[in-house]
Amino acid sequence: MSEEKQSKKLSIIAFSGDFDKLTAVFTLATGAASVGYEVNLFFTFWGLDAIKIKQGRSPVGKGFLPKVFGIFMGGLKSAPVSRLNFLGVSPKIFRYLMRKKNVATLEELVEAAKTLGVNFYACEMAMHILGLQKSDFIPEVKDVLGVATFLNLSEGGQTLFI
Amino acid sequence: MATYFLDITREHCPMTFVKTKIELGKLRIGDILNVRLSEGEPLENVPKSATEQGFQVISVIETETKGIYNVEIEK
Repeated sequence: MSEEKQSKKLSIIAFSGDFDKLTAVFTLATGAASVGYEVNLFFTFWGLDAIKIKQGRSPVGKGFLPKVFGIFMGGLKSAPVSRLNFLGVSPKIFRYLMRKKNVATLEELVEAAKTLGVNFYACEMAMHILGLQKSDFIPEVKDVLGVATFLNLSEGGQTLFI
Repeated sequence: MATYFLDITREHCPMTFVKTKIELGKLRIGDILNVRLSEGEPLENVPKSATEQGFQVISVIETETKGIYNVEIEK
């Protein structure tokens, strides 16, 4: 049985920084980790916003353009929804509905993922473009990776791109 | 040996599994966790995943409330 346990693995490429898509990432990650899967989250491009220490709009990043991006994109707390964002009103409505209906909010799911030992990784190339450093991210980010290492990590399991 | 209780009848996916996993992680060998859960996905999958993770499901009994079950899990 231990062999069976080890072969259960889910790797997710978290590309999107959208509130709803990140909710899907963390729902799958926490659900899978809870039922015994090894879970690897590989954050790239806009997905990197989800793991920034500064969760609001902040000039994170080295250089002028990355700082401007940082302000516009923000972090987890300022993630827009992928449809009908209404200038950021919709994520607030979603959070209200999730709390009202006793469904875990995005922030609760992220905390659960940390507690359950989900592995967080950041994409080296996207970090380079956006002027981000490992120190800009939450300490749970284990490592900064490239494609080859991610492929090694995800080998033998299921992989999703969200 | 201690006995713990967890009620996940008001939780939804994935927190049903998340809360169970976190509580199971606190058990020492011989400890028991009683999970109160709803029929459907939690009933089908909480005992199954506990077994897969090396725990022993001692009993699954429907409570006095229809559709609500008590699952007794031992480490």
